[in-house]
Formats: sequence, structure tokens, C-alpha cells
Amino acid sequence: MEEDQELERKISGLKTSMTEGERKTVLEMVQATGTDRHCEDHTLGNSLHYMIMKNPEVEFCGYTTTHPSESKINLRIRTGGTLPAVESFQRGLNELMNVCKHVLDKFEASIKDYKDQKASRNESTF
Amino acid sequence: MAASQAVEEMRGCVVLGEFGVRNVHTTDFPGNYSGYDDAWDQDRFEKNFRVDVVHMDENSLEFDMVGIDAAIANAFRRILLAEVPTMAVEKVLVYNNTSIVQDEILAHRLGLIPIHADPRLFEYRNQGDEDGTEIDTLQFRLQVRCTRNPHAAKDSSDPNELYVNHKVYTRHMTWIPLGNQADLFPEGTIRPVHDDILIAQLRPGQEIDLLMHCVKGIGKKVARVANPRLDTFSREIFRHEKLKKVVRLARVRDHYIFSVESTGVLPPDVLVSEAIKVLMGKCRRFLDELDAVQMD
Repeated sequence: MEEDQELERKISGLKTSMTEGERKTVLEMVQATGTDRHCEDHTLGNSLHYMIMKNPEVEFCGYTTTHPSESKINLRIRTGGTLPAVESFQRGLNELMNVCKHVLDKFEASIKDYKDQKASRNESTF
Repeated sequence: MAASQAVEEMRGCVVLGEFGVRNVHTTDFPGNYSGYDDAWDQDRFEKNFRVDVVHMDENSLEFDMVGIDAAIANAFRRILLAEVPTMAVEKVLVYNNTSIVQDEILAHRLGLIPIHADPRLFEYRNQGDEDGTEIDTLQFRLQVRCTRNPHAAKDSSDPNELYVNHKVYTRHMTWIPLGNQADLFPEGTIRPVHDDILIAQLRPGQEIDLLMHCVKGIGKKVARVANPRLDTFSREIFRHEKLKKVVRLARVRDHYIFSVESTGVLPPDVLVSEAIKVLMGKCRRFLDELDAVQMD
């Protein structure tokens, strides 16, 4: 039996619609932000798309920008099996955050090493 | 085996042929290659990832990021160029401008001047807030009047001799502290980064008298607030006929060389750290919004 349930919510610019049919879950999202300060585009779109695609349960993930003048992206995720698409979206976001955290730690450690090395090299020339 | 070598090349390298580039897109997603486990593994990523700093001085930084995908490296690049916040002149109140430079051109030029103020110490201005407060605004005054030099030689034609104050530089900008800013920022720390940027030229009788408000902004909204510059690299080898046949130019897919040059407001390593934090902030914002949606 196929039942299509569509949920549409709009909260501070995040509009989601989820359809459940044929035991698959599709998540289609229009993302925009209320403030003009932080605009969404390929910066978040492509990196998020990469992280979500790395999830083996995701069948399809794609994003587009609606128009270059608009700071919105359309993101669509389709999962096969039992994983709800919203969860894969959340997982993608969490994993991207972990990647950033790790990159930040490694980068700052590298910078510190470089500075220490430079300092000790300066000292040894005296 | 030839087959697996071809697969390795497809997965690992972007090949630069003479007339085109092949294997550009990332293909190592789960399910694409049989025998490879491509699902995301944070531990494997952490094991393979490294950052090597090649060179660093106060305005430029060169470092390598190895083991990261193009999408994320590009996200950092985009953020560095346009989304790391800085302070820049947004509003110019012109009291008097009798120079040849039109008001709007002058205002545009002023907006491009990098201001030496740590943006992390300031807040964003609220929308609709006209005057601004001490936590989100910096004020600068520019008041220059050009006069004739009475001591110049009779037949001199050198403007430097004939006129006084005929070139308006950034060093003529004076900071006007608001509220408790004078206590927070010692004398001389809030200024334009370079004091020898030429803003306008004047002749005797002309005067510029204006007040500038600097606010915190990002490159996207305020296109002049861009901070660093990034370089990419080229493939000269194909110019040399003999070498063409012998050399196969391939870029390792997950090795990225970043070259960051700062405008001087923040040191380049701080810029990169801030860029990474901006990306984390974006993710967090969406996670919070998702939680809010799901609460209903």
C-alpha cells in the first residue's frame, strides 16, 4: 500500500517537505536564511552533498542554487531502506562539523609547530 | 594489474591532458567501486589527513592540506575569500566635499580601505539600527583642506611645492572613539592598515570633510570587505614538445596547496582558523534549526 504523507513546515526560512511512500524516504528542502548576513550557496551545498553521499544508505543526493541573485539552495535526499532522510541530513551535518573540528585542530597544531621551529632556528643562529 | 591501476588513477588523480582535464569529479562514493569501502569513516580520515605549513610570515601563508576532498577544500577557499568578517567603512556622512571626486566615488573608495581592527571584538550591527553603538561601530573623521603654499618659488610647477595638503592619504583619517572604545583600544591600534593609500587629490580651495562609520561585514554582503587572496597553479609542461610525450601530468586528487595573503587586518593563520569556524557555525545553525523543526 502506498501512502504519501507530505509534511510541510516553515520555520525561520527552513522549508522542508517529506514524502514517505514505498518504504523510501525523500527529503526535499529549500534552504534560505532570514538574515542577509549568512547566505547559503555552493560553499555549504557542495561540502554537505559530499558528506551525505558518503553515507552508504543514501540513494540520491543533489543540490542546486535557485538563482545566483538568491541565496538559497534546493537540497534533495533520497534514502533507500529504513533510514529517514532527515537523519541522513543531520548525520551529514554532524560529520561535516567533525571534519572541520579535526581540520582546525590539525591546522593550529601545524602552525604552532612551524612557529616553534622558526623560533628555535632563530635562536640557534645566534 | 592494469585494471586496478586504471581504477586507482581514476579514484586518485586528476589527469591534465594537453587539451583537457580528465577525472575531475570525485567518484569515491559508496557503491561506485566494487571491492572498495568508501563509506565515510572519521578515523580513516583522521589517520590520512595532515596539514603541512610551507611558509608563513605576517601577511602571507602557504600550507598543504592532504587527505581532504575538493568539496570541503573549496568550501574553505570560498569562505576565506568572502565570508570571514572584517571591519570596513559602510556609511559615509559627507559634510563638505568640494573636491573633484564625486561623493559616491569617494565613499566607494573609502569602503575599500582595510581597517586595522580585530572583527572578533565587534558585533554585527542590528538591521535598522541607524546610528550604531560602541560594540558594533567604529567612527573615523576625514577633514582635509588644500591651500596654496605662500613660500613656493615663483616659477615652480611641482604640485608638492605649490600646494599644501593636495593629496589626501589614509593617514589623514582620525579615529573618533565611541563610548568606552577609548579604554578598550589603546591609542594607535584602530587605524587603516596602510597609511599611504591615496584617497583623493585636491587643489587650493577644495575641502573634504566627512564622517565614516565602519561596521562588521562579510565579503558577500559588503563586496569590498574581502580579506585574503588565494592562488591556483598552472601546467607549463605542455609547452615543451619533447617532454610532452614523456610526462604525464596528474594532480593528486586530495592534496591541496593553499596560498593565503592577508590584507593586514588579521594574520593569515587566524584567517584560516576563522574560516574553518565559519563553516562549523553554518553546520551548527542548520542542526539547531532542524532540532527546532523536529520538536513540533
